[in-house]
Amino acid sequence: MTVRTETPPQAPRQAPRNAPSLRHRLAERGIDSQLLLLVPAMVFVIGLFIYPFLYGLGLSFQPTNGGGPLTEYKRFFEDTFQRDTIWKTLRLAIPAALFNVLAAVPIAYRMRGRFRGKRLITTLLVIPITLGTVLTAEGLLNFLGPAGWFNRVLISAGILDEPLRLVNNYWGVFFSLVITGFPFAFLLILSYLSGIDPSLERAAATLGADWRARFRRITLPLLAPGLATTFCLTFVLAFSVFPSAILVGNPTGETRVISIAAYQAAYEQYDYPFASAIAMIMGAIEIVIIGVVLLWRSQFYVGSTGGKG
Amino acid sequence: MTQTSTFSELRLDGVSRQFAGTDALKDLDLTIRAGEFIALLGPSGCGKSTALNCLAGLLPLTGGSIWQDEKRIDTLPPERRGFGMVFQNYALFPHMTVRSNIAFGLQMRRLPKQEVAQRTDEAIRLVQLEEHAGKLPGQLSGGQQQRVAIARAVVLEPSLVLMDEPLSNLDAKLRLEMRTEIRRLHQSLGLTTVYVTHDQEEALSMADRLVVLRKGKVQQIGTPEDLHTRPANWHVADFMGFRNLVELTVSGADGDLVVVEDKGLKLAATPVEPLSTGDAVVVAVRPEDLVVRTGAGGHSSPSSSVDAVVEVVEYQGRELAVEVRTREGQRLHVRTGERLAPGDAVTLDVDPVRLLAFPRGDEPLAGRATLGADAEPRDKDVAPALSGSGPS
Repeated sequence: MTVRTETPPQAPRQAPRNAPSLRHRLAERGIDSQLLLLVPAMVFVIGLFIYPFLYGLGLSFQPTNGGGPLTEYKRFFEDTFQRDTIWKTLRLAIPAALFNVLAAVPIAYRMRGRFRGKRLITTLLVIPITLGTVLTAEGLLNFLGPAGWFNRVLISAGILDEPLRLVNNYWGVFFSLVITGFPFAFLLILSYLSGIDPSLERAAATLGADWRARFRRITLPLLAPGLATTFCLTFVLAFSVFPSAILVGNPTGETRVISIAAYQAAYEQYDYPFASAIAMIMGAIEIVIIGVVLLWRSQFYVGSTGGKG
Repeated sequence: MTQTSTFSELRLDGVSRQFAGTDALKDLDLTIRAGEFIALLGPSGCGKSTALNCLAGLLPLTGGSIWQDEKRIDTLPPERRGFGMVFQNYALFPHMTVRSNIAFGLQMRRLPKQEVAQRTDEAIRLVQLEEHAGKLPGQLSGGQQQRVAIARAVVLEPSLVLMDEPLSNLDAKLRLEMRTEIRRLHQSLGLTTVYVTHDQEEALSMADRLVVLRKGKVQQIGTPEDLHTRPANWHVADFMGFRNLVELTVSGADGDLVVVEDKGLKLAATPVEPLSTGDAVVVAVRPEDLVVRTGAGGHSSPSSSVDAVVEVVEYQGRELAVEVRTREGQRLHVRTGERLAPGDAVTLDVDPVRLLAFPRGDEPLAGRATLGADAEPRDKDVAPALSGSGPS
């Protein structure tokens, strides 16, 4: 009967003599020594994420120059120069994330099967991941700059009279976000697509569906949850854009993104509470956008799609 | 649904398919008449699914052509052939309800909404899934999913229904039920069906005609009885339940029969093709055609009996499946009503008519492992119905 006291109320009532051991009942609930394997991850998450996050959150409510706990937030939203960074960042991050996802779909769709040279093409498409932002920015400046190859070729071909301005403005940052974000989107969507059982499309074909109908009625609905997830990930990557906004953007004007605002507060004005408040606002905006996308995602079938996963 | 037959015959003319230089299917010639139930039979990798996919248009041919009456159809994409197909894993659309799955093909034909609804209802009733019409495929059992797949294929009243091992994922009992169900649908809807299976018993019991394939080549085309009694070669025999295959040599002729010997055996056998002395042959006999004689009462001629010792006994209801070994070490399989025990000495009589002698061909008997795997009927309750009839 001493063991009985440990039994949670919903556990099946059994005669005390046949009651399974405490260890066995805990194991049924997933509590066993394997949980120890989670300890390193927990230490990591608590030490490097939860604690700094809560510290920053606390800091954002302690304004440097006194006032109520929300003073720093009020300061951010009352100052147009600061407030506009939200819009400027979204204006970059949402189109870039959308472009990455939408451009990756047809390419991944074409490449979902097995064919000769697939590995080579995949490698070429994924290489930009390895370049890093700074190298990409250098390349963009050289290639798309006013005296870069791109403009020189177009001018000498007589197509343009004066160089297109494609760097040190919105487009420079946009290109940079596409170059670094597209490989992620492509790899994710490719793996989602190969998780869809190819015989579903074949079945649809034998039922009289042409490729448009097959894509619209079968592949797209099954892929939609994957598209939503991919959008969220590339959006988060793009939203925290910082180096390229400075290197190939116009960091005092149209590409003064929110992370530049946070950087300036923290490392130019040493105003940590204000910088923390900006960081919290950044997080909140990301959560709102992701929440909206995931809400949309929940409209779709998200179960097994029968493929190799 | 009304009876449909939009063609009178479908002709496969030298249909071939290569994968990376190897023949998956070579020169398949077959004429399918409207209303026929054809089974493509063979071990895995024999090309039967390739043949089906070529018919469906899911695989382009590398040679040959397919004709629907006078119209060439092997150049049409699958969506324009109008054949129904049931996939091995059913390939139900996981995000659509049973009803939408079945209605899909009708919607693709842009039929009026009312007709779509009416025909979908009819098909759901046909496969008795009224209560499950609103569920997603993931919520159904294997047998129910199977029925949805069949309903989805037949609701279009296709001129040809292709089935790719549709029963292989079901348990033994359900398999028997669905077998009857498919045959019933085939008859009541007047469908023309091509059915792929590796299960000889399934093929024999369902099909009007069988096509036995091996390594991409047709071995034999015929009625179930043709295949059961007169296999064209020892590969087919092996696949059709002739479990005893022994490599011997022809030592003489005896009227219509040949005398074959080796390994301490000397038997009279029926040649399937003309044979001459010295030819290497494979003789084949079903376990149930070896008659057990216990004790010594040897009346019959020595050229049709074998002495052996019982090694393994399997209980199978009224009969026993017994493995015996001759003095020279040749193992034989026997089915008998006699109560034998390991160690018993037995004499096996065999009617020369039931002992078939095939030319050995290029391939040695040792390489038949993959063929033999499915030769034994899976379900012992049904086996006697088929094997008991014997050659007629």
